[in-house]
Amino acid sequence: MKKIKLLLVDDEENFVNTLSERLKMRDVPSRVVYSGEEALEAVASDEPDVVVLDLRMPGIDGMEVLRKVRAAKPDVRIIILTGHGTDATEEEAKKLGAFHYHKKPVEIDELLGTVKKAYREKMEDAMVAATFAQAGAFEEAQQIMDEDKK
Amino acid sequence: MFGDAIKRQLSGLGGSDAVVPPGMYRTLRRKITALMLLTAAIPLAIMAWLNYHEYQKALSREIQNPLRVIVNKSKNSFELFLAERTSAVGFIAQAYSFKELADEKDLARILKILQTEYVGFVDIGLINDKGELVNYVGPYNLKGHNYAEQTWFNQVRIKGRYISDVFMGFRKFPHVIVAVRHSLDSGESFIVRATLDTHQFDKIISSMGLEPGSDAFLLNRAGILQTDSQRFGKVLDQFSLPMPPPASEAAVLQQQDGEGNDVFFAYAYFPDSDFVLAAIKPKAQMLRTWYTVRGDLVFIFGAGVLAVFLASYKITDQLLRRMREAEEARELALRQVEHSQKLSSIGRLAAGVAHEINNPLAVINEKTGLMRDLIGLRDDFPDKERFLLLIDSVLKTVMRCRDITRRMLGFARRLDVTLEEININDVITETSGFLNQEALHRKIDLTLDLDADVTGIVSDRGQLQQVFLNILNNALAAVPDGGHIAIRTVGDAEGVSVIVRDDGCGMSKDTMACIFEPFFTTKKTKGTGLGLSITYGIVKRLGGEIGVESELDKGTAFTLRFPKHPKHEA
Repeated sequence: MKKIKLLLVDDEENFVNTLSERLKMRDVPSRVVYSGEEALEAVASDEPDVVVLDLRMPGIDGMEVLRKVRAAKPDVRIIILTGHGTDATEEEAKKLGAFHYHKKPVEIDELLGTVKKAYREKMEDAMVAATFAQAGAFEEAQQIMDEDKK
Repeated sequence: MFGDAIKRQLSGLGGSDAVVPPGMYRTLRRKITALMLLTAAIPLAIMAWLNYHEYQKALSREIQNPLRVIVNKSKNSFELFLAERTSAVGFIAQAYSFKELADEKDLARILKILQTEYVGFVDIGLINDKGELVNYVGPYNLKGHNYAEQTWFNQVRIKGRYISDVFMGFRKFPHVIVAVRHSLDSGESFIVRATLDTHQFDKIISSMGLEPGSDAFLLNRAGILQTDSQRFGKVLDQFSLPMPPPASEAAVLQQQDGEGNDVFFAYAYFPDSDFVLAAIKPKAQMLRTWYTVRGDLVFIFGAGVLAVFLASYKITDQLLRRMREAEEARELALRQVEHSQKLSSIGRLAAGVAHEINNPLAVINEKTGLMRDLIGLRDDFPDKERFLLLIDSVLKTVMRCRDITRRMLGFARRLDVTLEEININDVITETSGFLNQEALHRKIDLTLDLDADVTGIVSDRGQLQQVFLNILNNALAAVPDGGHIAIRTVGDAEGVSVIVRDDGCGMSKDTMACIFEPFFTTKKTKGTGLGLSITYGIVKRLGGEIGVESELDKGTAFTLRFPKHPKHEA
């Protein structure tokens, strides 16, 4: 299996570095950034497969990052991991296209499971797209994927 | 002063925290009642007063008129009587010559005729120009008397006619003298003088037909009684009341008699003589009708005032009751707003705390997790198993903290209901599981009698948990160590009933009436007083009902009922 390109976004460095280290021990290396701005840059330059995103951050907050990434790179899967989650923010995030919504603190294996699931889905989508593309039905594929999202 | 009271009242209503003291209501009631009473009673009193006086005046006129008429009539009778006698004497003086009259036999015959034709003549006499009694017929031996020096003689010589006041004759009998002068062609004159007894006066007076208690009598202008009276003395006594002002027609005065009784004093002056006819009627007697009317008036006035008083009291009562109800409703509404504000700020606080704790919790979680990862990878770590156990314990505690923060968030979110199909037996088993530890520790017998036929209901799991947790917590607080708590479910076609019964301390009726009220607590400083109020709110929101039965020292039973489907509002 190809290595997952994972981006962790959280302003709580203490937390996110440890999380990154633990994921690495589970064979999922990740890049870590500490703000919304950095996250947008990283997404633009690095094209991660999955982003684990905190919502409340100084500067550009998680919800904004989610919105922008979904608009620019719709195939990037975004998992929200926040300590400030309410039902309303969860609903909003899902509406904006978040793959999953985790509340802190979360069990590492649970998070890892979600990350892998997101990556798998992305791969499947890509494969479907590739298949359709090979058959010259690229637009059709796009359509199916769009409908899927709805 | 009333305006002030209203102002105070209004300002009291305006202020949010001013509670109207009960004394204020009493004062207000007194003032409103008094005001209404005054506004109604004053016109009533004025009416009654006017009526009283107008009626009194009218009635007095009604009473005075007949009195005046009768006095006038009797005066005329008197005048007629005297005029007849005077005419008779005058006729004798003119019809007979001096010589004839000077003859004793003739004069005796004339007196006889007079006495036959006219009642009341006692004697007759002839007096010459010089005042000598020339001839006399009658019971007294008066012949030879000279009257020249007497006033009446001079008066009759000047006026031609004279009627005397009443005087006592020699027979001790009241008499009146009638004298008429006749002038001869020769220029000489003589006088015929006759004496009348006054029996006739008494007859005329008695013919006035006055009722007993009334009095009528003749006076002269000097106030000497000319006839006997019933209450003012005998003939020739001085009349005890001041003489009324002269009036030729009958007049009526209202005054007091010598004993201070109110009387009508009717009188008439005789134009041709010295006499005054007087009739006195006690007012009390004449005004008997008036007094009846006055009694009625007073009664009507009293009844009216009483009715007004009762009505105004009643109206005030209602007014104040409405006011108090409004005040109470306002206070309740304020309390409710206050309560919901309190709840929402508690909710916000809880949510804030929960959020803030989640982040450090996450850090602890990851750090500890990393420790476990690291130790797990190292086979040669000393006491590895022990450390892993410790770390797991920390992680479990972290998860417990997470559950707590989620519950706090749940409290903040408790207005939102997420519905799903739930088996209530599961919820109860789960919830009571939380409390098993405490029950075990305190040797409390916590039994579940769950109806296997209970069907699934559509409800909110988290909120149901909160409800049962709350009620079970209360039950645990109420029972002593070694007590009993029994939970029973009964399912039917419409929904599920849950009965939670304990044999704890129970509660009084007063307490029972308050338990669902927010901030009511018997746990003193330990409780917030929100538990059952929140429980009540949740049950209602889920379309259910909650009831309680309790007896002091016997125990308490909560009965909850949940429908299969909550109503739409949920």
